[in-house]
Amino acid sequence: MSSHFIILAIIATSLATFISRFMGAITSEKVSVKSKIFKWFNCVAYSTLAALLGRMIVFPAGVLAESEIITRVLILVVCIFIFLSTKKNLVLPTIISAILLTVLNNI
Amino acid sequence: MINSKIFLTGLKSLKGSRSPAIPLAACFVALGALLKDAGFNLQQSAASSLFTYALPGQLVMAESLLVGASIINIFLAVWLVNFRLYPMTVSLFPLLEHKSQPKWKYYLSCHFLAVSSWLIAKDSYKKINKRHRIDFWIGIGIGTWSTAILMTIIGYLSADYLNKDMLVGLAIVNPVYFFCMMIGAMKNLSVCISVILGTILGPVIYLISAEWALLFAGLIAGTVAFLLGSKNDE
Repeated sequence: MSSHFIILAIIATSLATFISRFMGAITSEKVSVKSKIFKWFNCVAYSTLAALLGRMIVFPAGVLAESEIITRVLILVVCIFIFLSTKKNLVLPTIISAILLTVLNNI
Repeated sequence: MINSKIFLTGLKSLKGSRSPAIPLAACFVALGALLKDAGFNLQQSAASSLFTYALPGQLVMAESLLVGASIINIFLAVWLVNFRLYPMTVSLFPLLEHKSQPKWKYYLSCHFLAVSSWLIAKDSYKKINKRHRIDFWIGIGIGTWSTAILMTIIGYLSADYLNKDMLVGLAIVNPVYFFCMMIGAMKNLSVCISVILGTILGPVIYLISAEWALLFAGLIAGTVAFLLGSKNDE
């Protein structure tokens, strides 16, 4: 693959990403925190994020696809349980998730 | 210009038991290794995280390059997968607005918007005086952004030492971290419905249309949550 093409791809990816952020910053100037539209955007933001994460677990792209779905769901449930039972510690469940998947994927 | 004390408070969100540094490290190390695989050199890999800084988009770029997609196709595929940043920005930036702050701060710092920084800011903005919230955000953003760039470089350099099992293990860290953070954010009915319905609809709509799944799932689940939640939360 040519170096020029990679650079073009980086520029295209960066532009495609920055457009959404920048449009968001412009729209935000007209949106009041107390308005209904703000609440709607808030809901859409959380659900789009949840949709992305749901997809990553059920239909993952890349190397994660080389594990079983039942393993991924099981690890997610266990880690959420750890998160809730350790006063919302995030370091513990994330480290455990990596170790669990590496071990379970090799059984 | 920037209140350094508040900036540092934001930067320090990288520390402690809620730190995003571990999941950021896990996913950007894996990305660095993937980009090396896709034929990038070290500078190009670092530049990708420096200028794009949005993991799902960078993954789409790498995969599209590997299958020989055109630049236009890459642009559209990335735009669709990263469109989530638009509603995310609009649901955060009004909380950081203050008349005394110059606009360039908002226009430049929107580049720091990513899932990790967004969840941290949404979780902690209330602790900061309204006047200085944008400086707090810039602190969070510089911290998470520079971690991502550094980890991409480390991932690229250590690609030969990472075997497949390790990369699979690293790949689960990101969704686990973000799911935990979202569950921590489920404090009212509309957010609860948004998260639960979005998680279900994301994979379901993906079966019908892979490209449009995120956009439609987000719009439908978000609108339902808004309608049901707004009656109850008032």
